Amino acid sequence: MRPYLLKGHERPLTQVKYNREGDLLVSCAKNLQPCLWSAEDGRRIGTYEGHNGAIWTCDITWDSDRLITGSADQTVRIWDLPTGKELFQIRHREPCRAVKLSAGERFLAATSDAFIESPPAIHIYKFAENIEDQTATAAIEWTVPKGRVTRVFWTDCNRKLITSHDGGILRRWDVETGALLQEQQVHEDAIQDMQMSPDETHVITASLDKTARLIDVDTFEVMKTYKTGRFVQSAAISPLFDHVVMGGGQDASQVTTTAAQAGGFEARFFHKIFQEEFGRVRGHFGPINTVAFHPSGKSFTTGGEDGYVRLHHMDMDYFTTKFF
Amino acid sequence: MVQSEEYDPYEVAKQLYPDLPQGFPYDNFDLEELILPPGDDMGIKSDDDDVRDEDVQTQSGFGSCIVIQNLPKAPEEKYEKLMGVVRTIASKLGDVRENGIFMPLDDATKTTKGFAFVEMARKEDADAALSDERFINGYQLDKNHKLTLSRFDDFDKYAKVPDEYVQPEPVAYKQPENLHSWLADKYGRDQYVIRHGDNTAVCFNDGKRSRAEVAYQREYWTESFVQWSPQGTMLATMHRQGMAVWGGPNFTRINRFGHQNVRLIDFSPNEKYILSYTSHEPATARDSFHVLINVWDVRSGKQLRKFEGPVDEYAVGSSAGPNGALKWPVFKWAGGRDDLFFARLGRGKISIYECPSMTMLGKESLKLDGVQDFEWSPVEPVLAAYSAEQGNQPARIVLIKVPEKTEMRQKNMLNVSDVKLFWHPQGTYLAVKVEAWTKTKKSTITSFQIFCVKDKDVPLEVFELKNNKERVLNFAWEPKGHRFAVVHGDGPRPNISFFSMRDDKGRLGVRELKMLESRACNAISWSPQGRIIVLAGLKNFNGQLEFFNVDEMETMATAEHFMATDVEWDPTGRYVATVVSHVQQMENGVKIWSFGGRELYSSQRDKLYQFSWRPRMPSLLPAEKEAEIAKNLKQYTKRYDEEDEQLLQQADADVLQERQRALDEWKAYCESRRNYAALQMDFKRELYGPRFAEKEYTIQKVMVEQVVDQKEEPYSTK
Repeated sequence: MRPYLLKGHERPLTQVKYNREGDLLVSCAKNLQPCLWSAEDGRRIGTYEGHNGAIWTCDITWDSDRLITGSADQTVRIWDLPTGKELFQIRHREPCRAVKLSAGERFLAATSDAFIESPPAIHIYKFAENIEDQTATAAIEWTVPKGRVTRVFWTDCNRKLITSHDGGILRRWDVETGALLQEQQVHEDAIQDMQMSPDETHVITASLDKTARLIDVDTFEVMKTYKTGRFVQSAAISPLFDHVVMGGGQDASQVTTTAAQAGGFEARFFHKIFQEEFGRVRGHFGPINTVAFHPSGKSFTTGGEDGYVRLHHMDMDYFTTKFF
Repeated sequence: MVQSEEYDPYEVAKQLYPDLPQGFPYDNFDLEELILPPGDDMGIKSDDDDVRDEDVQTQSGFGSCIVIQNLPKAPEEKYEKLMGVVRTIASKLGDVRENGIFMPLDDATKTTKGFAFVEMARKEDADAALSDERFINGYQLDKNHKLTLSRFDDFDKYAKVPDEYVQPEPVAYKQPENLHSWLADKYGRDQYVIRHGDNTAVCFNDGKRSRAEVAYQREYWTESFVQWSPQGTMLATMHRQGMAVWGGPNFTRINRFGHQNVRLIDFSPNEKYILSYTSHEPATARDSFHVLINVWDVRSGKQLRKFEGPVDEYAVGSSAGPNGALKWPVFKWAGGRDDLFFARLGRGKISIYECPSMTMLGKESLKLDGVQDFEWSPVEPVLAAYSAEQGNQPARIVLIKVPEKTEMRQKNMLNVSDVKLFWHPQGTYLAVKVEAWTKTKKSTITSFQIFCVKDKDVPLEVFELKNNKERVLNFAWEPKGHRFAVVHGDGPRPNISFFSMRDDKGRLGVRELKMLESRACNAISWSPQGRIIVLAGLKNFNGQLEFFNVDEMETMATAEHFMATDVEWDPTGRYVATVVSHVQQMENGVKIWSFGGRELYSSQRDKLYQFSWRPRMPSLLPAEKEAEIAKNLKQYTKRYDEEDEQLLQQADADVLQERQRALDEWKAYCESRRNYAALQMDFKRELYGPRFAEKEYTIQKVMVEQVVDQKEEPYSTK
């Protein structure tokens, strides 16, 4: 498997995301310009210029006409995805950590970190079809207990939100009232990433407790645990097979003190049901911060602390080998 | 809690914990949440309930209080004068606490009662005063008054002694558990203990089926580490109040030993005795750290002897670590089937103690000028000692038989810089690695003096490596046999050489067998059965492993356990464990290999603190029987081959069954969530309308022209 090595960022990657059809790939990093790539051959199509801080997260609309980014510069921005033009800016008083559009894209959920005096919070905005109607005032917002909100998803036909937190906790919220419905400790350390399964019945969480876990959306019951022995920064579920992939590695601040191999920077494939590892893909020379599966499950992308995005198309072996 | 009126939890908390920093309690703090309902332990078992009172001696209380008796009975007018006398006497005893002297008056006669209480600054001062030579036989104040000292607490103790003797109830006999049950395992499996996170687990290593089976596990079993007894009968756990030993099929507690804040322990080789060690802060600034070592009888739990003293008395020669610290174990046990002697190094002497009386052998230490190090033979009470060079006296290695204290053999050497002693595990040889200065005193030459202890008159073999100026990194005897391995070389990748003490006809003489050149190896580990050695490059060498057969002189396998920190053979020499312990940030876990270097299974354990195989007692088979079995091995193995085959099939079937179960479970889950998935899908279909229909996308090339910059510049004709 020869990956495309995409060099568009000089700083650590924070999130990579495919659009629904899987022809485009957006990468966000701690430098100021998110990039848009062709998911087929890794050509860079363009960048989105305007942010003034690290971009933590992004989301893409159903029709791939808008890109939403959340940044440490305390703004959430809406971009025209094909042209790279900035359309709208929602200004917070705090850095924005996670964004997610609701199904149907009438609403946008954004989470903000604690900053100076403000506690962390969740904000719900109306997401206007015509950009002229877009407002920067939240339809509803509420504060959450101490700690970072790392990812957010809409569930139960947009009635509820689930959020992952850096205390290893999952929380469920009522969207209309902001009431906390459920709280569950599922990891022993911070949850760094959470990704939804294609059928939206379960999520995979990646944690600094060196495991990734498969968790039922409805009950927050931990169904599977994938032990890696190293910090897990990101994990994704294959839409094609019963496979999951996870990335991570030694703490970035420690990397220079050891040999490259010692860091454990490979992307690791586990069988989703048997919880057994069956493959590794190496290449990054820093921890992997984010992984994403192509919507077809035939390729996947990793973004590392080293500033590179690696776009892998699976070899034939991957499809023909019976791993278990 | 009884509450009759409204209370503000903040105020209550502030009163309860006045020292807490600001900001506590937190905003959503509820005091009641902090208070455990009676009887609820939140799942955390406390060991405090089982601690016997006498185990714990409190530091506070009247410990620092002493009583001076036999004082004159003076009338009230002379009170101050007598007080002055008492003060002078008390000041001789040590630091007295301010207003620490109290001399009661008899209300009726208005005279003093003839005794005074003195409160010393510390308990240690009181201890010192009581053992003061001037007072120990009474202090002659004048002709009629001989003062004596007593500990205040003693009065209480003696007052409690009942006047009439009550015959103690005989304790009903309880059938003790079989402490060797693990040796009777049906499949002959060995056990290991693994400590990770808060959990301590004893597992059977089921190498044949490539898995481990937990025999017993418990959270918060120990507060620092666990330690097997030398023959594996017991497991010792460490606690604040002392240590406990556990054994039997369900690891019930066999005994415990009260030693506050115990730091380190050591068993005697036959598990009769256990030593525990703590060091204590000095009582005064000019004093040094104090060492306290207790000797206990394992079976009865009785304290047999106590060794106490300043640390520099104990940290001598090889027992001294860096910065004058103590190197454990301080006491070394003589080998043999009985625990007869143990000894420690002193300045210019070795103190040998006898068991079970715990008294010094022959009532005096063995004098050896300049003695730096000693080691007991592992099989008999013979000790080898090394004395350093002193003035005109050469350095000396001497073999001494105990209890006779006779010299069996000695050897003098000159210009010695360092000496290390290596006994063969079977006590047949003693190898002495000698580093001697060259004439220029700039470099050293390494040689080996090997005493053949079991041969007549203890012949001495001397040998050097071909390049005797090379650094020797490691030396290891083959546990059974006559061979040894030496790791040497100055480069980053050392060489490993194998030697034999005997030729094919059994005649003595060191013979080189083979040298393996430039290996990424910093640790060597012989199989307990000999023949096979694991060359491991731990830590910086990234966990390279080489399984080498010394009989055939061939490498059986090379492998890697990435970032491995330790290599440990199981006691039978069938399996090898490689461990990544918590000194590494990631990938903590254990891998189990066959002796031939085939990986059998691995187990990930985050925060892995300790791994150790359970030792076995020495084989009870006589040597001839063992030889006979080795000769007819085929016949013996035949019986087990079939059994192994069955086990393997069973294991495979088990794995398949487990997978099928997981698969079925997952299917059931998906089925149960189908409604929800369908609901979400319908919801989206409704929201997106016609856009929802999945269409194959086509790639369309669109050229978008964009004006990047526009500037007007006048055309210059220049």
